[in-house]
Amino acid sequence: MRESPSYRMFNIMNYAALGLLALATCYPFYFILIYSLSEPSLVVGHPSFLVPRSFTLVNYSEIFKKNDLTGPLLISIGRTVIGTLITLFGCSMFAFGLTKRATPFRKPMYIVVILTMYIQAGLIPNYILMYELHLLNTFWIYVIPGLVNAFFLVLIKTYFEQLPPELEEAAMMEGAGYFTVFRRIALPLSKPILATITIFAAVGQWNNWMDNLIYNSRQELMTLQLMLLRFLQTQQFSLRDAALLSASQDTLSVTPTSLRMTITVLVVIPVFLVYPFLQKHFVKGIMIGAIKG
Amino acid sequence: MSTKFRSIKLPLILMTVPFFAFILLFNYVPLFGWLMAFQDYFPGKPILEQDFVGLKHFHRVLTDAQFMHALRNTLVISFLSLLTSPAPMILALLLNEVKKMKFRKFVQTVSSLPNFISWIIVYSVFFSFFSVDEGAINKLLLQFGLIHTPTDLLSNSGIAWYFQTLVGMWKGLGWGAIIYLAALSGVDQELYEAARVDGASRYQEAWHISLPGMLPTFVVLLILGIGNLLAGGGFEQMFTFMNPMVMDRLENLDTYTYKMGLQGLSFSYATAVGIMKSLVSVLLLLAANAISKRINGRSIL
Repeated sequence: MRESPSYRMFNIMNYAALGLLALATCYPFYFILIYSLSEPSLVVGHPSFLVPRSFTLVNYSEIFKKNDLTGPLLISIGRTVIGTLITLFGCSMFAFGLTKRATPFRKPMYIVVILTMYIQAGLIPNYILMYELHLLNTFWIYVIPGLVNAFFLVLIKTYFEQLPPELEEAAMMEGAGYFTVFRRIALPLSKPILATITIFAAVGQWNNWMDNLIYNSRQELMTLQLMLLRFLQTQQFSLRDAALLSASQDTLSVTPTSLRMTITVLVVIPVFLVYPFLQKHFVKGIMIGAIKG
Repeated sequence: MSTKFRSIKLPLILMTVPFFAFILLFNYVPLFGWLMAFQDYFPGKPILEQDFVGLKHFHRVLTDAQFMHALRNTLVISFLSLLTSPAPMILALLLNEVKKMKFRKFVQTVSSLPNFISWIIVYSVFFSFFSVDEGAINKLLLQFGLIHTPTDLLSNSGIAWYFQTLVGMWKGLGWGAIIYLAALSGVDQELYEAARVDGASRYQEAWHISLPGMLPTFVVLLILGIGNLLAGGGFEQMFTFMNPMVMDRLENLDTYTYKMGLQGLSFSYATAVGIMKSLVSVLLLLAANAISKRINGRSIL
């Protein structure tokens, strides 16, 4: 009864517009996926829009054979696993220490950490620091700088603060030290927030390529992300030649475009796999962040 | 006393001080690197033994046509993104009108997906659709005879600013709406019920209740956006979409700093650019915050 004709009209338009938006954000990934699963010579110049053309996994087998993808893949996985563990360790332990009244100077320390969100030295001074610390062109440049992250620290500290203090107090009466309380009580009770941070940090690590671009020029330490960028940059200008070449030579089983689509799929898949969890936790995370301000 | 102090406080000190030292080393020690901007820095010599040259590099920056050019691009791109900043709020309102929860969840989930992928993937996606040789859109239009020669939107400097604004929206719109929906869920449901009793229409509810409910979030994001005026789309987006044809329009302060500092090895000059950017950004943030405080009593800092 309250729904006027104009509102019903609006409703139809609204569904259509939102449907279009959803299409614009998910179809491109589908397009890339079916391209990577198509016979490369059949889609070069004539991409398929709905289903793979002559389904094949040749791109995926070729890419590991010819393009040395194994190295970058291992580096990306390695930095994601190690970097996430380092972040979890640093942020949770620091946050725990900062929630304890007995910690000397805990408030000034916290403020100094928060200020890092606003004060940034900039590209060159950071580069010089990494150089002085001998971190340039090492694997450690990917993972060490993530040890303490102000945003994660705020999230974990907020969570620790709302845990009931009775359990910890009881354990301390029994003679447990702070390290035991941290490991046996605080961490197990904080699984939700730790899961959130794990996903945040892992996606951040997987997606990061700036540190690779700026601090790491060693070929054997190249991440999957940067490798894709290099691939794109060379393809931009040599594409026409490459396409002609592969069209005239039947011996070429894959094309630069099919390889690029395939690398894109590989880089995106891990994020899509954790995405359902990610979205849920991110909303919770920003709510905590918003309340804390 | 001293043994008690040690037994109680030592673990807490071990849990905090090393990490605090880490923060000092990685976030505050580089600030000393700002000294480079006042020197003719050359790598290899300790920073305090370098030759000081006063404000030479700052003069150079301010009289450098290339810097001014990058500054122009930065401001234009930031301004365009501020112009589109109400879009996520509108999307949130539209999503809020959807009664079929499954459809709503689906749109929300799918449209915020691009927020979680790297700019390199975003570029690869746009390259797949808009490149001149293999781009899906060109192929499709050619196939249906709608165009006769492919157009290269990625290398079109005339539309580069607007194109990048659209790319930015593609990546951030859905996620931005989720933030506003979170704000909407905090709006007191009794307000809607009262409005219904008073016979308010759907539009009136959206205009008088939902929109004001999202406004505080909008103000916070706007203040942060003003603090970010000198980001000009940031490094990652412009760097990935950069090519010689659009360099004229996409070179922002961040990519310019990278080019001058790490590719051109003008460490001192690039540091001077960085310092000016940092200081002006903090001032903009504080100014926007002060204005917001005066107008509606809201401060975010």
